[in-house]
Amino acid sequence: MTPFLEVSDLVMHRSGIQVLAVNHLAVESGQTLAVIGPNGAGKSTLLLALAGLLSPAEGGIRIQGQAIQSKNLLAHRRRIGLVLQDALLLDTSVFNNIASGLRFRGLPKAEVKRRVSLWASRLGIAHLLNRPARRLSGGEAQRASLARAFALQPELLLLDEPFSALDAPTRSRLLSELHDLLAETRLTTVFITHDLDEALMLGDQVAVLLEGRLRQVGTPEQVFAAPSDSDVAAFVGVETIIPGQVVASQDGQVFIEAHSQHFEAVGEIDPGRLVYVCLRPEDITLWQKEVSSVPRSSARNRLTGQISRMTQQGPLVRVVVDCGFTITALVTRSSTQEMGLAEGSQVEATFKASAVHLIGR
Amino acid sequence: MEMIWDGIRQAFQLIFGADADVWEITLLSLQVSGLATSISLFIGLPLGTWLALGRFRGRGLSLSIVNTGMALPPVVVGLVVSILLWRSGPLGDLRLIYTPAAIIIAQTIIAAPVVTGLTAAALQQLDPRLRLQLLGLGASRGQMVLALWREARLPLLAALMAGFGSVISEVGASMMVGGNLRHQTRVLTTAIVLETGKGEFARAIALSIILLVLAFLVNLALTEIQQRSARP
Repeated sequence: MTPFLEVSDLVMHRSGIQVLAVNHLAVESGQTLAVIGPNGAGKSTLLLALAGLLSPAEGGIRIQGQAIQSKNLLAHRRRIGLVLQDALLLDTSVFNNIASGLRFRGLPKAEVKRRVSLWASRLGIAHLLNRPARRLSGGEAQRASLARAFALQPELLLLDEPFSALDAPTRSRLLSELHDLLAETRLTTVFITHDLDEALMLGDQVAVLLEGRLRQVGTPEQVFAAPSDSDVAAFVGVETIIPGQVVASQDGQVFIEAHSQHFEAVGEIDPGRLVYVCLRPEDITLWQKEVSSVPRSSARNRLTGQISRMTQQGPLVRVVVDCGFTITALVTRSSTQEMGLAEGSQVEATFKASAVHLIGR
Repeated sequence: MEMIWDGIRQAFQLIFGADADVWEITLLSLQVSGLATSISLFIGLPLGTWLALGRFRGRGLSLSIVNTGMALPPVVVGLVVSILLWRSGPLGDLRLIYTPAAIIIAQTIIAAPVVTGLTAAALQQLDPRLRLQLLGLGASRGQMVLALWREARLPLLAALMAGFGSVISEVGASMMVGGNLRHQTRVLTTAIVLETGKGEFARAIALSIILLVLAFLVNLALTEIQQRSARP
């Protein structure tokens, strides 16, 4: 089946210098692709190319099998919704801002009004419609920007770090609302971010872009649990990611069930919420089961498993343990020698509740 | 001092006494400078937009030339237009020399670089990402430009005011290409020069007051529009 969005052999230049090269990238209809990478990795260039706002030096982009060409640029741009890092609202009322794209398309007044009201309401800014855009707070402005994009009912939504300029509480609220909106509308979306939490929360697929090259594409679990190379691993940091569900929450402690295992974490999340249990490899302690029983400690989480792979990285060894799902621990070479760890060894892994990072999904 | 007070008193008599000559000159000044400013706007707005948004070789040089044109001496413009429109000149067959049309041409040449340069500056002050956002919202090139003009409406009105100010107050070019002919090409500035030369200071003061009031009223109207747009 033809993917909704397909990028082939794309090469992008900025000021005569190659800044991006993507051999192949595809997004299925209704899916959200989170493109992550550090600043300067070429993420925004990719997004602008997808929006038809930058022309490729080589290669091409196809939407539903149709190539983006100079002759159909306007038609292409009228199929997308674009939200940039800054809201970039026009110096007029919030209503007129949300209506702007609809008016560019020549929609009838009644339809413009209906869609503006609908999406302003959905984004919680219906009471601000008559307010001048320049008097909005950062969060309100970004809500207006999102409403402006959703009101277009685009076939493809392109988001370029829309929350990076917002304070943490506002960002968290908006992220959660966007997650729900995307889940409800099943809008095909490309979401650019350098924030791993955002990528995990929104992305059905995650693409890692480093130094202008696509290094890995996969589900969040694949990318974070099995980075394709050390650069990706270094960037993503978190290497253990386990999908689970909150079963209870009490006194700031959260109890999660994942793959028939129980985890404890710190936080305030309502029972029933689907989450990712995320662990950094340096937060996991390994115990060799055959040599010693694990003493009592403050670590609230214990798992039993078998070492499936050991990879040396300078003075450290990356140890992948199969517990029915994989977890990755980082231990020193001397520890592995003293404990006699080898592939196939049975181990226990412990980590504190405070080391568990929960991300909603 | 007495001469000045006498001049001011006479000025008010001329203004409110409905002196036909004075009103004819005032009306012609308004028509000529108003039309020249309007033509400058038609030339300067698209040209300034092209210079601000276009990406082409020689754009910097073009902007420098326009900016230099903002300080174009009216007498030089008068000289060039006179040569072109002179009976034996390349455009002599048009028989425009010493007509209001000649003054409009000269004033347009003076005002157009002002409007062009300030339009380019106004649009360049906008966030360049706004263009991407507008295109990303599905705007055609024309719709994008209209939206950018709307965003820059305050400095664009300032450009219009500067253009009008540069021509309503100039005398050199109007004198040279219009000839200051009574009932034909006499405008406020050329009339002031004439009356001063004749020692008719009261009449010169009256015309000066009208010129100032006229410039003030036009700019007041434009400023009112500008500030209304600026209100939150």
